[in-house]
Amino acid sequence: MTTVDDLNRRVAELLAAYPPESTPRQDFLDARFDAGLAWIHFPEGLGGLNAPRSLQSVVDKELAAAGAPDNDKRRIGIGLGMAAPTILAFGTPEQHQRFLRPLWTEREVWCQLFSEPGAGSDLAALGTHAVRDGDDWLVTGQKVWTSGAHKSQWAILVTRTDPDVPKHRGMTYFLCDMTAPGVEVRPLRQITGEAEFNEVFLSEVRIPDAHRLGAVGEGWKVAQTTLMNERVAIGGTEFPRDGGMVGVVTEVWRERPELRTSELHDRLLKLWVEGESLRLVSSRLRQQLAAGAPGPEGSAVKVAFSELNQAASGLEIELLGDEGLRYDDWTMRRPDGVNFLGREAGYRYLRAKGNSIEGGTSEVLRNIIAERVLGLPSEPRIDKDVAWKDLPR
Amino acid sequence: MSDLLYSEVEEDLRASVRDLFKDRAEPAALITRTETAEPYDLNLWRTLAADLGAAGLAVPEALGGHGASAREVAVVMEELGRSVAPVPYLGSAVLATSALLATDTAQAEVAERLGKLAAGTLIGALAVPLSTAPGAEFPSAVTAAADGTLTGRVRSVVDASVAELLVVPAVGPDGPGLYTVDAASAGVTVTEAISLDLTRRIADVTLENAAAKRVADASTAASALDTALVTAAGLLASEQLGIAEWALTETVRYLKERYQFARQVGSFQSLKHRLANLYTDLVNARATARYAADCLASGDDIAIAVAVAQARNSPIAVHAAEEAIQLHGGIGMTWEHPAHLYLKRAKSDEIALGTPGRHRAALAPLIDLPA
Repeated sequence: MTTVDDLNRRVAELLAAYPPESTPRQDFLDARFDAGLAWIHFPEGLGGLNAPRSLQSVVDKELAAAGAPDNDKRRIGIGLGMAAPTILAFGTPEQHQRFLRPLWTEREVWCQLFSEPGAGSDLAALGTHAVRDGDDWLVTGQKVWTSGAHKSQWAILVTRTDPDVPKHRGMTYFLCDMTAPGVEVRPLRQITGEAEFNEVFLSEVRIPDAHRLGAVGEGWKVAQTTLMNERVAIGGTEFPRDGGMVGVVTEVWRERPELRTSELHDRLLKLWVEGESLRLVSSRLRQQLAAGAPGPEGSAVKVAFSELNQAASGLEIELLGDEGLRYDDWTMRRPDGVNFLGREAGYRYLRAKGNSIEGGTSEVLRNIIAERVLGLPSEPRIDKDVAWKDLPR
Repeated sequence: MSDLLYSEVEEDLRASVRDLFKDRAEPAALITRTETAEPYDLNLWRTLAADLGAAGLAVPEALGGHGASAREVAVVMEELGRSVAPVPYLGSAVLATSALLATDTAQAEVAERLGKLAAGTLIGALAVPLSTAPGAEFPSAVTAAADGTLTGRVRSVVDASVAELLVVPAVGPDGPGLYTVDAASAGVTVTEAISLDLTRRIADVTLENAAAKRVADASTAASALDTALVTAAGLLASEQLGIAEWALTETVRYLKERYQFARQVGSFQSLKHRLANLYTDLVNARATARYAADCLASGDDIAIAVAVAQARNSPIAVHAAEEAIQLHGGIGMTWEHPAHLYLKRAKSDEIALGTPGRHRAALAPLIDLPA
């Protein structure tokens, strides 16, 4: 059993062998991975120590205090939060060795090729098809809402390999080389004016069978692991009291007394209370996880956060009055990721509209809460036993 | 970091209290009881307070209690919310007990009264309107004469109908004070009011030159009273959690049983989403209630924790009870279904110990968000 003392000793050894001030960033990240201090809950030899996940903060804090370089969680968030746990759970030993180290050390950035124009909330309806060709597969179709595809080397990809069986059964999951011939990435401009997402067109893209994750036809099962981890990644973030989007508004409130009205005051206090209560819910979730009893509250937290972010960013531009009528810049940009604090109020307001859509719409999450947590009957399903090719679309 | 989970001891306590209420505070019997001459079940009270020791949880062992904390009291309050059991727990074990605990407990009068309150052999009430919010001005409804007797009238005192001991804030020649008064003594009249909450009673207390003992003088009376109000407000958030939990559980159960349009009603998405929203509220209510209880136990961050818990949980409990009535359809409007008991409790709790708006206003200076 790894203890805090063990971890502190390992961190000290790493820092002694690779002094942060004189070691190039990439070399330090390699060494940290090899020392098992990357994600300590991963197996030994794959960047971890089989240690409790709750102790990760011990390592992160020590290294940060020593001024050690770190990877950019914002740039590689999809790789860390979604690709890595799925590869770990379903990958072969060869795939573990090939993919996990460059993923964590940021040498290879990952994106996610799941959603399609006709398959968003109903992801299992997707139509991008993969056809066997000797030792390879040929993949053709269109994906959408792909964050960071323009700077990714690899993608996790779900495809249709058997259109003759019901939709959940005919899917297969792959690791797709984004530099392969036939992969075309086009920016998808959003409500904010920037293109954080992309459309990805796949035309007879050749993927070796060695890059298949999980069995042929088992792609839905593999994708469930990815999506579950996505929700954990979204709900598990720690934030301080008076922080997040509410913190942005409270700062304006404190600095600009001339903008205050009594009606906005009570609305602001309501949002502050909601923010504080969500901070406590997240804190409670992490305590449950640390105690070995993860609760089902994650979906509820995501729904509530979306609503809070939207209400707080809406209040912010309303509070700004005259200034709320203006926007900082409509020029199309290609950002590294979502940065709510790097732009002005109008951007926050518009971007927050995506919070209740991305990573599972609030409607789908409410169905999940109702059916899986409260045990209510599922919606009548007409698609369960029908071959994918016979479904209306 | 505060502990927002339940300990094993707390879960055991919950199981005992829940079993007791399940056996002895069955909803149909509660509804019948509300219309009798004995709306409170004092046998149930004795079992809860004395046999299970629930009245003395937060009282130190040296004073005859169990030396536990607000965390354990909060668990009892959750179960009280879930069952709306007709017992004077809030008035006696929470309000009167907290007020006396916040005075100098070395006084013989205080120690003796606390011992009996903790043992469940004495029922107490704090003579302020139940709507009084923490931080409110010290009440001047009762005046203390130079000879120490009290005169005045206090409306809507929770559990005064059955109280044997009244803890009374009053203003005398030396300023504010807290006094103990025997409810049976001359000059004390307690008049039962018809309460919106059928399972929690309120009464008006009239004092005419009533004999009293001063247990807190001008230097401590206001802070002792405020401690009692803050403690009760923080713990009430746990009762509100219990109400919301009952409402959600019962409504989910009903929507699985009931068929309309040849489908279980609970399979309609519009209703499922409303229940999912209630669940989201419940998750929030639990976190804020646990945090308030933990802060009351540890002494940290009490003012913010209590204001947040009250501002958040009061409307959640009311909304949950309202949804329970709506989603039960016609049956939700009937006298024989217990949903109305919970709505009446939830709405009364929203007014009790400060409305959500008052708690938000109290919060503003604490978090540097001035009007």
